[in-house]
Amino acid sequence: MDIKLQQVSYAYAAGTPFEKRALYDVDLTIPSGSYQAIIGHTGSGKSTILQHLNAILKPTSGTVQIGDKRIDAGQKPKELKSVRQRVGIVFQFPEHQLFEETVEKDIMFGPMNFGVPEEEALRRAHELVGLLGLPQQVLEKSPFDLSGGQMRRVAIAGVLAMDPEVLVLDEPTAGLDPRGRKEIMNLFARLHREKGLTTVLVTHSMEDAGRYADRIAIMHSGKCVVEGTPQEVFAQTELLEDFRLELPQSVKLQRTIEEMTGHEFPTLYLTEEELAEALASYWTPNGEGMN
Amino acid sequence: MTTVVRLQDVSFTYPSEEPIKPAVSHVSYSVNQGEWIAIVGHNGSGKSTMAKLINGLLFPSEGSVELFGHRLTEETLWESRSQLGMVFQNPDNQFVGATVQDDVAFALENNGIPYEDMVQRVHSALQQVQMSEFVNQEPHHLSGGQKQRVAIAGAIAMQPKLLILDEATSMLDPQGRREVIQTLQTLRETSDVTVLSITHDLEEAMLADRVIVMNGGEKFLEGSPQDVFANREQITGLGLDLPFAANVAALLRARGLDVPSTIMSEQELVDALWTLNSNK
Repeated sequence: MDIKLQQVSYAYAAGTPFEKRALYDVDLTIPSGSYQAIIGHTGSGKSTILQHLNAILKPTSGTVQIGDKRIDAGQKPKELKSVRQRVGIVFQFPEHQLFEETVEKDIMFGPMNFGVPEEEALRRAHELVGLLGLPQQVLEKSPFDLSGGQMRRVAIAGVLAMDPEVLVLDEPTAGLDPRGRKEIMNLFARLHREKGLTTVLVTHSMEDAGRYADRIAIMHSGKCVVEGTPQEVFAQTELLEDFRLELPQSVKLQRTIEEMTGHEFPTLYLTEEELAEALASYWTPNGEGMN
Repeated sequence: MTTVVRLQDVSFTYPSEEPIKPAVSHVSYSVNQGEWIAIVGHNGSGKSTMAKLINGLLFPSEGSVELFGHRLTEETLWESRSQLGMVFQNPDNQFVGATVQDDVAFALENNGIPYEDMVQRVHSALQQVQMSEFVNQEPHHLSGGQKQRVAIAGAIAMQPKLLILDEATSMLDPQGRREVIQTLQTLRETSDVTVLSITHDLEEAMLADRVIVMNGGEKFLEGSPQDVFANREQITGLGLDLPFAANVAALLRARGLDVPSTIMSEQELVDALWTLNSNK
């Protein structure tokens, strides 16, 4: 399911003295099956965009096309229910939205709300708990008795239980410890591959954007200022500086080393493994460095 | 040297119907005046329980906690707490004043500090966290990093004997995180405040004089940041991160490059590569 934003502008409290413009003429196409990262500072419009992806917000001007559903500015779209089921959003600190008595009921709430039979919702809850690396015993527990990291996983399971085609993630690892971050990000990468999901990741982490995404969009002051592959985006060091964004750590180190040696590597290394591989072959006897 | 905090064989088990493992198990350490201690560990390692044992929200099931030379009990709790500053994780949960200066003044006013003194302390605290130009700002105009800096100002205005930072940077964006770490660094250089910082942020941990690594409620490692993070396998085995340069150096060693295993910073790595380069 493609998602297409055309000339989308949005203002909070439009038409009142408190009007605040948050988006200006944003064009962004997220093709079905792609992994799109959206990066930018707090207040750059990332979260406002995100809320357009399943029509929580409707554009003040412009058009949002979500699969076969078209949402035009100024019109009241009907039948948003299917959009909301097909586009699952994992909000920031999603554990704040847990509310049911047991983990099982909490995970089942979403799908049952969309008309999934109880038996099927139950089956999904049991399957997802395992998929997210939680022991089956948690199903009977109150979500509020779990640790922060476990609560986060339960909340994510609740979104996955709706079986969405598009998964939108708003800073999904904020506040988790390093292992938790890695596990969750690898899980999303796996779901993306195995279920053929379209994934949209809103993140502050240049490393995650570089490692996981096919394409990166940079938001700045409500505008989409750069869009391209990680290689294209992170090659524009000066532009990134203008937007007060940093390079992924591996690229930063690569640049320092290039400056020191005068040797320019043929591509950007977006992960520490890629960088180490390239450095090792440059410095190993018989490697390119000895030629 | 004065000991500010002393934990002696402290264990704590949360009340539960089923028998469960203690959240903190036989932990002993002390913090000296002027020291900066970082406590690191993954979620659920017992770090936060330990903070609650030190500020008296919980009392140990076994062992004792001593603050400023007195054993922490129901009776000494309030006296001890008045000399303790805390900064919590969520910038939005600890702003009580209508403006920045009101917020910093809140505890001072509650404790009956004379007006003249209060004004002076508020301004000097805000100066220390570089928030002086925001004195009359309302909290909703501030970023997460700025709010945390105000929270730090509020804590240090009380001139506490001990400042506890409970994951003070973990909910901030990279810019806010950097601001707060810079503030902490300045504070470290310009004041002699004693700090106990609970964190899984490596950069924050690297600021410390001493790092204590918690695992499964137990003290797992203790030492200078350099010594502790040199235990590469143990640290990564616990699910904790190492500095980026240390990770790259390890990958290079695994690929047969002769770089030292002590590398922690990018500068050290670049220097090591430079040495290899000139030997080529």
